[in-house]
Amino acid sequence: MSLMQKHAILEKNSLLLLIGILIVIAIGGLVEIVPLFYLKSTIEKVDGMRPYTPLELAGRNIYVREGCYNCHSQMIRPLRDEVERYGHYSLAAESMYDRPFQWGSKRTGPDLARVGGKYSDEWHRAHLNEPRSVVPGTVMPAYPWLARTELDYAHIADDLKVQSVLGVPYSVEMVTSAKADVAAQANADESVSTDLLKRYPKTQARDFDGDPKALTEADALIAYLQVLGTLVDFKLYNDKANIR
Amino acid sequence: MHQAQGTNIGTSKRMSVGEGGSAFAFAVLAFLSIVIAAKAHTAEYAFHAYLFAAASVAAVFAVGRLYMDRPATLPPLEIDGKPNYNMGPVKFATVAAMVWGIAGFLIGVIAALELAYPGLNGGLPWISFGRIRPLHTSAVIFAFGGNVLLATSFYVVQRTCQARLVGYVAPWFVILGYNFFIVVAGTGYLLGVTQSKEYAEPEWYADLWLTVVWVVYLLVYLGTIMRRKEPHIYVANWFYLAFILTIAVLHLGNNAAIPVSIFSAKSYIVWSGVQDAMVQWWYGHNAVGFFLTAGFLAIMYYFIPKKAERPVYSYRLSIVHFWALIFLYIWAGPHHLHYTALPDWAQTLGMTFSIILWMPSWGGMINGLMTLSGAWDKLRTDPVLRMMVVSVAFYGMATFEGPLMSVKAVNSLSHYTDWTIGHVHSGALGWVGFVSFGAVYCLVPWLWNKRELYSVKLVNWHFWIATIGIVLYISAMWVSGIMQGLMWRAYTKFGFLEYSFIETVEAMHPFYVVRALGGALFLVGALIMAFNLWMTVNSATVRAEKLALQPAE
Repeated sequence: MSLMQKHAILEKNSLLLLIGILIVIAIGGLVEIVPLFYLKSTIEKVDGMRPYTPLELAGRNIYVREGCYNCHSQMIRPLRDEVERYGHYSLAAESMYDRPFQWGSKRTGPDLARVGGKYSDEWHRAHLNEPRSVVPGTVMPAYPWLARTELDYAHIADDLKVQSVLGVPYSVEMVTSAKADVAAQANADESVSTDLLKRYPKTQARDFDGDPKALTEADALIAYLQVLGTLVDFKLYNDKANIR
Repeated sequence: MHQAQGTNIGTSKRMSVGEGGSAFAFAVLAFLSIVIAAKAHTAEYAFHAYLFAAASVAAVFAVGRLYMDRPATLPPLEIDGKPNYNMGPVKFATVAAMVWGIAGFLIGVIAALELAYPGLNGGLPWISFGRIRPLHTSAVIFAFGGNVLLATSFYVVQRTCQARLVGYVAPWFVILGYNFFIVVAGTGYLLGVTQSKEYAEPEWYADLWLTVVWVVYLLVYLGTIMRRKEPHIYVANWFYLAFILTIAVLHLGNNAAIPVSIFSAKSYIVWSGVQDAMVQWWYGHNAVGFFLTAGFLAIMYYFIPKKAERPVYSYRLSIVHFWALIFLYIWAGPHHLHYTALPDWAQTLGMTFSIILWMPSWGGMINGLMTLSGAWDKLRTDPVLRMMVVSVAFYGMATFEGPLMSVKAVNSLSHYTDWTIGHVHSGALGWVGFVSFGAVYCLVPWLWNKRELYSVKLVNWHFWIATIGIVLYISAMWVSGIMQGLMWRAYTKFGFLEYSFIETVEAMHPFYVVRALGGALFLVGALIMAFNLWMTVNSATVRAEKLALQPAE
């Protein structure tokens, strides 16, 4: 019986055909995905990575809500021009707490993986409110509603809790103090944020949106943008240690 | 449900399991939705919960009316020995495809114009680019493409199996449930409800709903195949089956998320960082491979032979094409992640299989094109057939360009640029769009029992306007994409980067205008088509022989 005749068995039996399809389509995905969970070389060992603070996480959720990933990547490739333009190429470790990942697929605007600290809060405020006021040729839409809208963080502790269930190292203390931490990080008064800094090292705590009286979505989004790419100190990072 | 069908002749009228069960399930869902709406964390989520409640209540009434209006027995499977086809759901999906298609193309044109002329959204959050770009992609892929696949698959499976669709309520549940998913997804994007996974943006509750709809789809489809009279399952059905099954697997894998609360629209995905990226593009590339390719290849394998009145070129090639395509496609995902933090071994696998994938893709193209052997003259006189043949040619072009772009060296230039957008649209407009238009042009006269289309001349106009639109679109994106890629990596003779990022953005402007024009032409073509179909349905001519009497395939 030739192979083609054997194929008639599948053509005449819908369940066998279904099972055959299932087996054939499962192989590639299993081979490419499963090892990523157990090969130790997948994620580099680095110092400095920590989960997002509750305010940064709220800002990240606004970044997701507005679809920023449609035009901005967060993944610097190890190519000469990219490293010179944006900074050290991105490590897998730098997005290990990102759910979902925000690597993006298109650069209508520049990469944002290391945008943290590149511009002042004031620049970000002006840019989000009306991009053409600071970058005349840009095609980015304006986001004037961010600075006008109070941040809704009533349930932010639930967000941290779910993430901790999924394996992000948020402690019980971090979850219970999540709401207070949001307010503390967006506060210009430094004395408020000492506990926050203990829980989340290297956290930048200040009034991000220029309006100390209101805690707005702009506070959260700018806090998120300002932390991007700043947690790993590349002066100390050994490129050779993690060759994969 | 289907055991009940036709068996209770002579007995008193009773509710079928499908009617009673679905009415009960919808009543429960309506109650649950109202509770959730009352306690929802955000207004957007409350809106969606009320939408679910309203739709569920409407569904209970619809099922009730269906039951009241029907005779004591369910529709028979056969009348006078001929299959009693169930074409109502097919008609609905065909109309929905045209409506969503036009909406999706229009949103695409608006999105394109927003990139050429920023500020076009007038400071409104709901229509800013970041929110309408997923609206556009979902509208064209899932609303337009999805309804074309539902309509054609339910048509083809009945005709090739000589059997009525399984279920009485179930086929309608699949069609209406799917379109309800589209409404929830689309309004969600405008309101900022998204999980930001490209082509899988809907949040957890929409995903759960789609899962239920999709499982019923698979059961109806498979059940209908099992009712077939022919011992062999026709090749188009293999492709539909692979499409339905694989999309189910991909959907479950890529949307594995835990909601923050049942009262919150927000969820967090169980994968993170690099693993999430790999899962996303395993999904994303195979949404192309199985939704936009396997499903539409099924259309090719039914409608081109039918319209050309020639058998499929090679049976052997169909077998090789089918298994090679579905095996290889799954591996290609990592080519979306070249030079990223994804481990090199995975990138290399993705590249290798993407290049091999060229072979089955062109095997399929050859099988489609060569089906016209002996009927090539029809291309002069039949613009519907011409549209489908050109779609296969676009398929060949896009599946040559794809492997090329998956080569790492090429990808280092093309990735993140408009070249990718151009590549996608040569496949989406040229292949998926044209083969869908061709199939719908065939279906409408068949379904509404009309002798022919209202105007063949208008099909010609549609063909040429849309083709010029595609050419403008893809060539603008090629030029802008390659130019931007080259500008990003250009160095001065002193060894400095030559262009700031904003200079590369400003250089894109003329191409963004041309792209919007190309998209607008494609939209005009679709409007002409809608007019033509409208006039066809409302024309007085009736087909000489009835649908059920046509010879089997």
